[in-house]
Amino acid sequence: MRIIFKTSYDADIRYFSNRVPALWYLALLLMSIALPFIINEFWLGEFTLMLIWAIAGMGLMLLVGHSGQASLGHAAFMAVGAYSNVILQEYGLPFILSLPLAGFFAGLAGVLVAMPTTKLHGIYMAIATIAIGVLAEDLIVILAPWTGGVSGKFAPSIEIFGINFDRYGNVSGLYWLILGITCLIVLGYKNILRSPLGRSFMAIRDSEISAQAMGVNIARTRTISFALSCAITGISGALMGHFSLVFTNETFNIVISIYLLLMIVIGGLGFIQGAFIGAAIVTFLPSVISFSRDAFFSNSAIIPGIESGMFGAILIFVILFEPMGLYGRWLKIRSYFELFPFYRRDMFRRQKSYLKTERMR
Amino acid sequence: MDALQLLLSGLSNGCVYGLIAMGFVLIYKASEAINFAQGDMMMLGAFITLGLTNEQYFDLPFWVSVPMAMLLMGAIGYALDALILRKMFGQSQIAVVIVTIALGFVARFVAGAIWGYEPQSLESPIAGLDFRFAGLALGIDELMVIIVTIALTGALYIFFARTKLGVAMQAASQNQMAAFYMGIPVKRMHSLVWALSGVIAAIAGILFASKGSIDPSTGLLGIKAFAAAVIGGLGSLPGALIGGLLVGIVEPFAARYIEGDIARIMPYLLLVLVLVFRPHGILSQVQSKKV
Repeated sequence: MRIIFKTSYDADIRYFSNRVPALWYLALLLMSIALPFIINEFWLGEFTLMLIWAIAGMGLMLLVGHSGQASLGHAAFMAVGAYSNVILQEYGLPFILSLPLAGFFAGLAGVLVAMPTTKLHGIYMAIATIAIGVLAEDLIVILAPWTGGVSGKFAPSIEIFGINFDRYGNVSGLYWLILGITCLIVLGYKNILRSPLGRSFMAIRDSEISAQAMGVNIARTRTISFALSCAITGISGALMGHFSLVFTNETFNIVISIYLLLMIVIGGLGFIQGAFIGAAIVTFLPSVISFSRDAFFSNSAIIPGIESGMFGAILIFVILFEPMGLYGRWLKIRSYFELFPFYRRDMFRRQKSYLKTERMR
Repeated sequence: MDALQLLLSGLSNGCVYGLIAMGFVLIYKASEAINFAQGDMMMLGAFITLGLTNEQYFDLPFWVSVPMAMLLMGAIGYALDALILRKMFGQSQIAVVIVTIALGFVARFVAGAIWGYEPQSLESPIAGLDFRFAGLALGIDELMVIIVTIALTGALYIFFARTKLGVAMQAASQNQMAAFYMGIPVKRMHSLVWALSGVIAAIAGILFASKGSIDPSTGLLGIKAFAAAVIGGLGSLPGALIGGLLVGIVEPFAARYIEGDIARIMPYLLLVLVLVFRPHGILSQVQSKKV
């Protein structure tokens, strides 16, 4: 059992509450840096994909997990990021400029969407974003002169200061690049959460009325959270474009948006770590299924669509039995051992809310 | 004449959307949750009927398999609520939305594993016959869709406005706690309404399947029907029908007179416009509390 004795106000907002988790995360970082020397190129590619999903997951996590707004159309902002990144590069901008600009444009798109929709509440917000998600797919086809329509866009390989990060030529280079970007985003995300802005996000999530009473400007804060979330998602979209080399209107369809949402719920809403756990599940589930199929069924009976079926089933189990997600389960196990023998089952109990209709105000 | 023909085909399509939208509205009206698997339940209903009727499966007479499918879907709806959604009582609305999306994924997988991913058509006695009148062709199947939808909307409207059970369901949604104190078995109300919406999904599925072929991804039609429900005003049964008809009628006209790609997004464009200018739909159910 560890006792944390706080002697200053800074202790509440430090990155790590004490030295032990800091050391663990340092070990994780070193491990991730050393990864290309340990595993082969195929798995390295999978890990790169996982990092990209994790960035997208963090984007959505900021919105759903930390400011309490649901979005069922976030793939649309991935598309904005991917297309603006490639189009800017076609105008001759280097990757190092076009990537942040892609994030900026995605954020701008987010503001445009958020302005009329921030007035909507919970479920209606989700409805509006689902419409945006469906519209985006068709808008890409309509804007064919810029987006290439159904034939899609070809993403050139990334080049920074003469170093080429090709998807197949320099797999470990691409991995390190994306790992670096991921670390920057995690750092930025953590800093937002430590700042007054992040705390106002969480205040809105927990109770809009009390946040308003504490002087938080609801509409403005919600718009900012939407914009930031879309910007992060846009960056992941741009990276996804480079990773998959060719992308079309089908790449960022409504199913991807739903996958993103399911991913962060499985991982654990409200935790940055949850985005990574969810991303790992989305990335590695297909491989795990195909390997276990080869191991258990020799006749290799292929059942199409089993991935999404499994994914749905896992999700239902997670929500029913562990509403805090996999990271929440880990927290419970950890505190059981840290506090042994004083852990109580009620420590993580959430308050139940009984619904009243939204149709009567 | 051309426009009238488009209007007719739009009407019958719109009625199917309206029926699915009604499933959304029913569950929303009685439990304040949104069932994103409604489209997939419709698909499942259609496939169950197909599995009972078609020659290569059970080869039962159509008029026997229809009530069986309705009963089966009702049972599935009841079971879904009793086994899964009841456990989530007290969690946020978004969690319910996510679970129903996941249920949709599972339903699509189950249907695909049983009946395959190839499009199939239901051997229904009402398919293929048409009815000519003054130069207009109207299929018996289309006529059937329109009649059934209107009858069902009326019946459900009366059910919610007049019967004891319907009023209890509305009360359960307006304030779960208060309804419980008044002696309404809130949880059973939820299960019953899920069963009811399962039956409606089966009807919608049968009517949809007799108009054309179905495959497991047919359920994605649910998104469009959901747009219809929101356009009409979530929580209003006539609103669901109006929204469905609006979407159904806009579609063929847009396809005829506007460029293809823009025509396809018309329903969603309509939805965005409605959300921006009249956020609670055409027949808005939001009213301020009387003091």
